[in-house]
Amino acid sequence: MARETEDPGMAKASKVKRQRKKKTKENKTRTVHANLLYDNAKGEENPNRHYANNKIKTTKYTVLSFLPKNLFEQFHRFANVYFVFIALLNFVPVVNAFQPELALAPVVFILSVTAIKDLWEDYRRHRSDKEINHMDCLVYSRAERSYVEKYWKEVRVGDFIRLRCNEILPADVLLLSSSDPDRLCHIETATLDGETNLKQRQVVRSFFDLDCDFDPIKYNSIIECEKPNNDLNRFRGYIIHRSGRRDALYKENLLLRGCTIRNTEEAVGIVIYAGHETKAMLNNNGPRYKRSKLERQMNVDVFWCVIILLVMCLFAAVGHGLWMFQYGDKRPVFDVLSPDGTDLSPIMSAIYLFLTMIIVFQVLIPISLFVSIEIVKICQVYFIHQDMELYDEETDSHLQCRALNITEDLGQMQYIFSDKTGTLTENKMVFRRCTVAGVEYSHDANARRLAMYQEMDSEEEECTSHGGTLPRRDSVTSHQSARVVLRSQSTKSHRRTGSRAEAKRASILSKHTAFSSPMEKDITPDPQLLDKVNECSSQMDFMRFHSQPMSQLPSDLADVIDFFIALTICNTVVVSSPNQPRQKVRVRFELKSPVKTIEDFIKRFTPSRLTSGSNNSSSSSLITNRSSNKGCSSMLSSPSAESTLTKLDEEQPPRDLEHNFGPVLPCYDGKAWNLEEGELRYEAESPDEAALVYAARAYKCSLVGRLPDQVTMELPHLGKLNFELLHTLGFDSTRKRMSVVVRHPLTDQITVYTKGADSVIMDLIKPPDTGKRQKKIVNRTQNYLNLYAADGLRTLCIAKKIMSKEQYACWLQHHLEAETAIQGREELLFESALRLETNLQLLGATGIEDRLQDGVPETIASLRKAGLQIWVLTGDKQETAVNIAYACKLLDPEEEILTLNADSQEACALLLEESLHYIQAKFLCSSTDQAAKAFHSNFTTFEIYPSSSPSSSSSSHTPPFMVHRLGLVIDGRTLAYALDKSLEDKFLAVARSCRSVLCCRSTPLQKSMVVKLVRNKLKVMTLAIGDGANDVSMIQVADVGVGISGQEGMQAVMASDFALPRFRYLQKLLLVHGHWCYSRLANMILYFFYKNAMFVALIFWYQFYCGFSGSAMIDQWYLIFFNLMFSAFPQLITGTLDKDVSAETLQQLPQLYVNGQNSEEYKPYMFWMNMIDAFYQSLVCFFIPYFAYADSDVDLFTWGTPFTTLALFTILVHLGIETKTWTWMNWLSIAFSIALFFTVALCYNASCPTCYSPSNPYWTMQRLLQDPLFYLLCVITPVAALLPRYFYRACQGTLFPSPVQVGRQNILSLSRVKVGSPLSPKPPFLSLAKPSPKGCNIKDQRSFPSSRASQEPVLQMDERGRRSPLGPRDSEKGLSDLCTLVPTEIDTLPYTKDAPPLSGEPWPPSTKDSECLDKTLEVSDVSLSSWITSTPVLAQTDSVQLNLPPDGDSQCAKYTRNSEERLKPDHTIHPAQRTEQAVEQLLHTTL
Amino acid sequence: MMASSYNAKDEDGHITVSGPGGGGTLRGKKPENTAFKQQRLPAWQPILTAGTVLPAFFIIGLIFIPIGIGLYVTSNNIKEFEIDYTGVDMSSPCFNCSQNFSWNSTRPCTCTVPFYLEQPYESNVFMYYGLSNFYQNHRRYVKSRDDSQLNGNVDSLKEPSKECEPYAKHDGKPIAPCGAIANSMFNDTLELFYNDPNGTRVQIPLTNTGIAWWTDKHVKFRNPGGDSSNITASFQGTSKPVNWRKPVYELDTAADNNGFINEDFIVWMRTAALPTFRKLYRIINKTSSMVPTLPRGNYTLEVVYNYPVRSFEGRKRMILSTISWMGGKNPFLGIAYITVGSVCFFLGVVLLIIHHKCGNRSNSADISN
Repeated sequence: MARETEDPGMAKASKVKRQRKKKTKENKTRTVHANLLYDNAKGEENPNRHYANNKIKTTKYTVLSFLPKNLFEQFHRFANVYFVFIALLNFVPVVNAFQPELALAPVVFILSVTAIKDLWEDYRRHRSDKEINHMDCLVYSRAERSYVEKYWKEVRVGDFIRLRCNEILPADVLLLSSSDPDRLCHIETATLDGETNLKQRQVVRSFFDLDCDFDPIKYNSIIECEKPNNDLNRFRGYIIHRSGRRDALYKENLLLRGCTIRNTEEAVGIVIYAGHETKAMLNNNGPRYKRSKLERQMNVDVFWCVIILLVMCLFAAVGHGLWMFQYGDKRPVFDVLSPDGTDLSPIMSAIYLFLTMIIVFQVLIPISLFVSIEIVKICQVYFIHQDMELYDEETDSHLQCRALNITEDLGQMQYIFSDKTGTLTENKMVFRRCTVAGVEYSHDANARRLAMYQEMDSEEEECTSHGGTLPRRDSVTSHQSARVVLRSQSTKSHRRTGSRAEAKRASILSKHTAFSSPMEKDITPDPQLLDKVNECSSQMDFMRFHSQPMSQLPSDLADVIDFFIALTICNTVVVSSPNQPRQKVRVRFELKSPVKTIEDFIKRFTPSRLTSGSNNSSSSSLITNRSSNKGCSSMLSSPSAESTLTKLDEEQPPRDLEHNFGPVLPCYDGKAWNLEEGELRYEAESPDEAALVYAARAYKCSLVGRLPDQVTMELPHLGKLNFELLHTLGFDSTRKRMSVVVRHPLTDQITVYTKGADSVIMDLIKPPDTGKRQKKIVNRTQNYLNLYAADGLRTLCIAKKIMSKEQYACWLQHHLEAETAIQGREELLFESALRLETNLQLLGATGIEDRLQDGVPETIASLRKAGLQIWVLTGDKQETAVNIAYACKLLDPEEEILTLNADSQEACALLLEESLHYIQAKFLCSSTDQAAKAFHSNFTTFEIYPSSSPSSSSSSHTPPFMVHRLGLVIDGRTLAYALDKSLEDKFLAVARSCRSVLCCRSTPLQKSMVVKLVRNKLKVMTLAIGDGANDVSMIQVADVGVGISGQEGMQAVMASDFALPRFRYLQKLLLVHGHWCYSRLANMILYFFYKNAMFVALIFWYQFYCGFSGSAMIDQWYLIFFNLMFSAFPQLITGTLDKDVSAETLQQLPQLYVNGQNSEEYKPYMFWMNMIDAFYQSLVCFFIPYFAYADSDVDLFTWGTPFTTLALFTILVHLGIETKTWTWMNWLSIAFSIALFFTVALCYNASCPTCYSPSNPYWTMQRLLQDPLFYLLCVITPVAALLPRYFYRACQGTLFPSPVQVGRQNILSLSRVKVGSPLSPKPPFLSLAKPSPKGCNIKDQRSFPSSRASQEPVLQMDERGRRSPLGPRDSEKGLSDLCTLVPTEIDTLPYTKDAPPLSGEPWPPSTKDSECLDKTLEVSDVSLSSWITSTPVLAQTDSVQLNLPPDGDSQCAKYTRNSEERLKPDHTIHPAQRTEQAVEQLLHTTL
Repeated sequence: MMASSYNAKDEDGHITVSGPGGGGTLRGKKPENTAFKQQRLPAWQPILTAGTVLPAFFIIGLIFIPIGIGLYVTSNNIKEFEIDYTGVDMSSPCFNCSQNFSWNSTRPCTCTVPFYLEQPYESNVFMYYGLSNFYQNHRRYVKSRDDSQLNGNVDSLKEPSKECEPYAKHDGKPIAPCGAIANSMFNDTLELFYNDPNGTRVQIPLTNTGIAWWTDKHVKFRNPGGDSSNITASFQGTSKPVNWRKPVYELDTAADNNGFINEDFIVWMRTAALPTFRKLYRIINKTSSMVPTLPRGNYTLEVVYNYPVRSFEGRKRMILSTISWMGGKNPFLGIAYITVGSVCFFLGVVLLIIHHKCGNRSNSADISN
C-alpha cells in the first residue's frame, strides 16, 4: 500500500540511523530482519544468523561429553574426590593395602550409580527435546511462495510462521496478522504461568489496518527489540518500516513459546526469539539445591569421622613404628623387606603405614552414605507425592516436591511465615456488603446464604474425612447441594476422558468452574438497595423516553446507578458463554486504551459514529455536546490523519443487541434469575473483580459483553447499554486502583470510573469543601470502611469523575505521547494515569469477604501446638489482617495484643523499647509463676512427658526465651523502621516473646527481609508459605519455601520447594511427613556412622595383633562390599519406611513435632554415643572370636570370615532394635541381606582357587559352615554385643521415655481418654458460648448468620458471656473499662457501652457539625450490628495499644491495657483531646 | 499432550510420578490407595519397654547357660599337653641349639626334650608345633606368595609374581616356591619317643598326611607339570628359597607329598591369624581300641633344631592334643556362654523389678495427667 511506495531515500536514511543506533546500543537490543530477504544470500549475510535457532537442547551431555562432564560434576563433591584419592593411593606399591583394582570398586560403583541416574534423566530430557524439536509448524518459504511444514527445530529467527487454532507456539513470535476481525489472537498461557484464562494478543499496530492477507514477501520492516530476557510480562521494542515510521511493540504483540493459540483461526507472525532465547525457556531454571539442616549437622560428624580416622591411623602408625623399633637391627623373618630388598627404617614404615591405614579404614567415612541418603530422599519424596491426603480432588493436584533434598527439613521447622490472601484464605471473594452514597446495605440474606454454604461445606468435609475412601462424593445424597453434584461430575468427567490432553483440558475447565463457585456467584441482593436500583433505572428509562437530561435524577439515585455501572464495567472481566465456542474478548492492556490514536478519538467523536455508540438509536437525542467535538478535532489534528480517516466513513455494522424494554419485575429469587442468565461466565483477573461483577449482576446490572472498545451491560428497565470504552488504566500495586474511561451512553459524558483501595481513593476525592453532601458521604463511607475492615472484609472504594471533552482531550494528548514514548514509557504512563485519577467523586464502597480456607484455624492451632511460631506477613491493612488472624485462631481473644505503629525511626525505637520493658515487667520479673502458668495453659504442654522442658519450644541455639500470651501487630511502615540494623535486635526480642506476629501492609521485600532476619539472627529453621508473586522472595529466602498452587498463577509454586494445593495440607506435610522424614533420615545417618565405625574398629583392634602392619583379617572383598551390598538394603528400607509414630498419632499429638525442632533424633552427643557403642560392639565382636580361636591352628582368613558374618548379624540386629515398624519389607530385606552375604561368600569361595590374592579364600566359607564353632560364635557375639543397647532401650522406654515413645506406647489409651483431656485440640471458644436473650441480639438477628458464625459461637454472647473468659479480675470493672477507651463523644450516648472499641483503636472522630446527632446515632447503630456480626476482635479486651502520635508531641510511647485502665488513666489515648486533623492522620498511619 | 510435555513445570526435574504402577495417567493425578503407597503396610510395632523385653532376656539366659555348660564340659574333656622347646633357659636341653641364629647353618643341631604325660590319650592325638610372637599375619608377609605358582602354573614358576619380591628371584633364577611365607617355612623336625617303663624307647609313628585341608592339597596346590613322576625335572631352572636347606622337590620322598603338595608346606602356607599360633604337624592315629594312643608315661621329644626364633623373641612349642567336635581345648566359649547367659538372666531380673516398680506407675501416671 502506501508504505511500499515510500521513496528509497527515506529507507536508507532510516537504515543509516538504525545502524548508528545499533552501534551505540549494540548490547541492549536485538534487531530482527525477515529471513526472506536473505534467502538467496549466503548464510553469513543474514543479520539474524547470530541468534539462537529454535532447536532446543535441555540435555546436559552429549555422547562424547558425558563421561568427562559427568565425572567433573561428580568430583565437585568433596567426598568423591576423597574416595578417588584413596583408590589412587592404592596404586602406590609401598602403601597399598588392597588390590588396586578392587579398591577402585566402591568409588566406581558410587560414581556409576550416580552417572547412570544422570544419564537416565538426561536421556529422558533428550527424548522430550527430540519430540519437541520434531513438531511441525508452518513456515513461509520463498521458494514455494507459501507456508510449508517444517520441524520446530528448523525455525529460525526472522521466519514467518503461520499458526492455526490450537497449535502450540514454537517460538516467541511477533504477531503480524490474525484472522480475527479485531486483529486479535487469543492464547492460553497455562503452561507458562498457570493462569487458565485466555489472553489476548494484538497484531502490531502497523499491520492492524491491513485489509488483505498478510504477505510475507512484501514485508520489509525491521524490528528492534530488547535482548532475550526471562520477564514474561515485558516486551519492548519498535518496528521500523521502510517509510521510517516507527511503531512501538508491546508485550501484547508477542506470542510466547509454549502457549496455545485458541479461538483464532489463523495467525501469522515473525519469529523474534527462538529456542533457548525464548522467554519460556529462559524462565525454565532447574531445581535448586539446598542443603538441609540435618545434612549440615551430618557433615560436622563426617568431619569428626575424619578426625577419628586420622587418630586411628596415627595411632597405628606410631604403633607400627614402635613395633619395628623393638626388633632393632635383627630384622624378623616375617617383616618382609621392601620389594627392592632394602630395609625400611621404623619411621619411614610408620609414615607409609599411616597412608596404608587410611586406605584400610576408609570405610569409616561412609562412602555409600551420600548415595543412600539420596536414594532414601527420593523414596520419601515419592511417598509424600503419593499421599492421598495431600491430594486435592477439586483441582486434581497433589503436593509437588520440587526440591528433592530437604524433605527432612520439614520435620525441623520452627518458624512459619505465611502469606494471608490465598494462603490462609481461599482467595475466593464473596461479596458481603456495600455502602452507596453513605448508606449501608448490610445484605443479611446474603450472609445467611453464605452461612448455609459453610454448613454444607463442613458436612461434606465430614463425609470425606470420616469415611476415608468409602463414601465417594457421588454417593453423597443429592439433597446435600447442587455444588457437590457438580463437583463430582467434573471430576468424573475428566477421569473418563481418554487422552491426557483431554484430561488436562477438563481439569482446567473444572478448575475454572471452581474458580467461581455458586457461593461466589449467587448473591442475594439487599431488598432496600434492589428497590433503589429498580426505582432509579425506571426513572432513567422514563427520562430517556421523555428526553430529559439525566442530571435531573436525584443525586443519591444517580450514585446508586453509577455505583453499579462502576462495579460492572470498571474491571477487566471477560464474558464468555458456553454456547459459543469460547468466544471471549479480553482487554488486558496496562495503562493503555483502545483509543489508539488521536485520530481514533476524533473518529469516535464525530457525529456519524456517535449514534452507533448507543444501542438505542431513538435515544440519540440524549447525546449532547456535539459541538464541542469540532473544537477538539481541529485541535488534535495530526499529520498522518489521512491514513486512518479513511475508516471514518465506514458505517459501523448494526449491532443486533437486543434490549428489554418491558418492565423487569423485581425478582428476589436469585436462583431462578440465575438459571435463566446463568450461561454467561465471567473470567476475571482477580477474584475480587469477579465478585463485584457477580454482585452487580444480582442487582440486574449484568455485564453482557466486552470488546476492546466497548462494554455492554444490561440494566433493569434500560436494557442493554453500550459503553464506549476509551481507556482502561489497569490495576497496579503502586497506584492500588484501576480506572476505566468510558463514554456514558445515556449522558454521553466522558466518565472515569475508578475502583481501588480506600486509602488511595480517599485521598483522591475532591476536596470536601465542594459540597456538604459529598463531605458527608466521604465521612460516612470512611466509617463504614473502618467497620468493614474490622469485620475482616476487603474494602474497595468506588469513585467516578466526569470529564469535559476538553479536559479529556488534553489528557489524551499527553497520554498518547506517553504511550508512544520509547524511553521510560512505563513511568510516563504512570504519571498519565495519576493525572487522570484526581478529583474523584466518591460513590461508595464494597466489602468483600475473603473466606478462610477449609481447616485453616485447625491447622494453625495444631501447628502452634507443635511448637511452631507462626507469623503472618500480609499486604492487607491492619484491621482486615487482625480480624482474619482472629478468625483463623492466630490471635487469641484471651491474649494481649501489642500493636506497633510508629511514624519515624525514633518513635519505632521508643516503641520497641517500651514493649520490651512491658514484656519484661509483665512476664519476666514481676511474677515468674504467672508467666509459667501462662505458658502452660498457653502451650498446653504435653504434660505426660517428664522430659519436655518448658523451654522446649525455643531452639537449642538460642537462650531459652519465654513465649508469652502476646500477639504482636506491626504495620509495614513500622516494620521498615524495625528492620533497620539498629533496631532489628530489639524487634526480634519483642517479636520472639510474642506468640504470634502479624505484619500488615508489608511489601514483598519486607517479607523476605523479615524471614531473613529471623533466620539469620535467631538461627532457626524457617518456612515461608505463600501463593502469589509477592511471596516469591520470601519463599526463596526461607529454609523451606512452600507455594500454594492456588489461583494467583504459578510464580510462587515455581519458586517453592514444595507446592501444596491447600494450606491445611501443611499440617500433614509438616507434622507427619516432616517428622517421619526427619526421624528416618536422622536415624539412618546415625546408624550409618555406627555401622561403619563398628566394622572398621574390628580391623583396628586387630592391628594390636598384627604388629600394626595394616593387615586385615577380613577379606578385602568383604571389606569393600560389606557397605555397598551386604548391609545396604535393610537400612534403606528402614530409612524409607520406618514410622516411629503413626500418622494419626502425629496429627493428634502435634507436640511430637518438637522432637524434630529440637533435633532430638540427632544430637551431637548421639553421634558420640553411637561411636562409643560401635566401639564397644566391635570390641565384643573382636574379642569373642579372638579368645575362641586363641592359640589354635586357625588361619588368617578362616578366622576373619566369621568376623564379617558376626558383624553383619550384629549390625542387622542393631538395626532391628532401632526399627520401630516391621513390615514384610523389613523382614525381606534382612533375609535378603543375609542370603546375599552367604551366597556371595559361597560363590566367591568356590570360584577360583588361585585368585584373590592375598586371602585366597578357596573353600573357606564352606569349611566354616561345617564348623559348629562358627555357629556358636554367630549366636553369642551379637547377643553380647547388643545386650547393653537392648537393655538401655528397654529401661529408657520404661523409666524415661521420650515424648515420641510415649506417643507410641500410649496411643491406644490416649485415644480412650482423649476427650476432655488437655491433649485434645479443643477450640477454646466452645466453652464460652452462651445463648443470650438480650434485646440487642434479637434486634440484630438478621446480621447474625455471618459466615463465621457457625465456627465461632462467641458471636452469640452477650456482654456477660463475652467477659466471662477474662476472669474475675475483669468482670467487676468491665463496663467502665470499655467506656474509658471509647472516645468521649460517643461516650455520651446511652448505648455506647455496647459499642466496642475497635481493637483499641481511637474512634474515628465524628463530625461536630449539625448532623452530629444523626451521624453518631448511625455510627453506633452500625457498630452495634457490626459487633454482633464481627469476629472476636471485639471480644478481646486485653489489648495493649502502642501508638505513637504522628506529631510526636509526646515523648514517651503510651501503652495501656484495658484491664489496667483504671490504674493508669493518664496513658489512655483520648483522641478527643487532639485535633481532628491529627487524629485523621493517625488513622491513616495506623490503618 | 505436547503442552504437558513441554510444560516448564515438568522439565525442571522434579519427580514426576514415575513409581511403580503408572496407572496415574488413567485416573487423573489421584494417588492410588494402596497400602504401600499410603505407607500403611501391615506392620509389627514392637515397643521396647521393660515389660516387653523381659521374656527375651530370660529366654536368652535359659538357653545360653546350658549351652555354656555343655561347651565347658566338652572343652575340659579334651586332653592337651604342651611343651616349650625354644631353649631360652640355660637349663633347657635346646639352649645350645637355640644360640644358632642362622637359617642355613650346615650343622644340624639336635636336642632331646623329655616330658611326662600324666594322662593317657585315648583317641587320635594331634601333634602341633606352636610358635609365639611370630607375626605370620603381617600385611606384607601375608601377601608375599604366588598362588598361581603354587597351583602349578609353569609361567608363574618361571616368572613369579611381583608380590613375591624380594623373594622372587635368586641369582637370576626364579625361586620356587617364591615369597616370604615360603621362605620362612618352619623346618624343625620333631620326633616322639615313648619311654617304656621297661626302659626301651619306642618311636611313636607319626602320620604326616591328612594334616592339610583337602581342598588345599588337591585343588590349590599342584606341582608344575601335573602329576608327572619326575618332579625334579618340573622344578628345573628354579632356585630354592634362600632360607631353605633343600629344594622344594626334596621335601619328602613320597611322590604325593613332595614339591608344592607337601602337606607340611601347605600347612605353613596357610598363614596364621594371630602371632601366637599352632600348626598341625603330625597325627598319631589310634592303632587299636585296646591300648590308648599315648599311654601315660615318659616321653622324649627329639628335635632337629633348625628354626631360629630368638631374633624376634619367639617361642617354639610342641603340643599334643586330642580333639572334640568343637576343635581343640578352649574353655573360653563355654565360659562366655555361661557369662552372657547369666548376665541376661540378671538383667532380666533387673527389668522385672523396673517393670514392677516403674512400668505400671509411669503408664498410669501418663494417662492421669
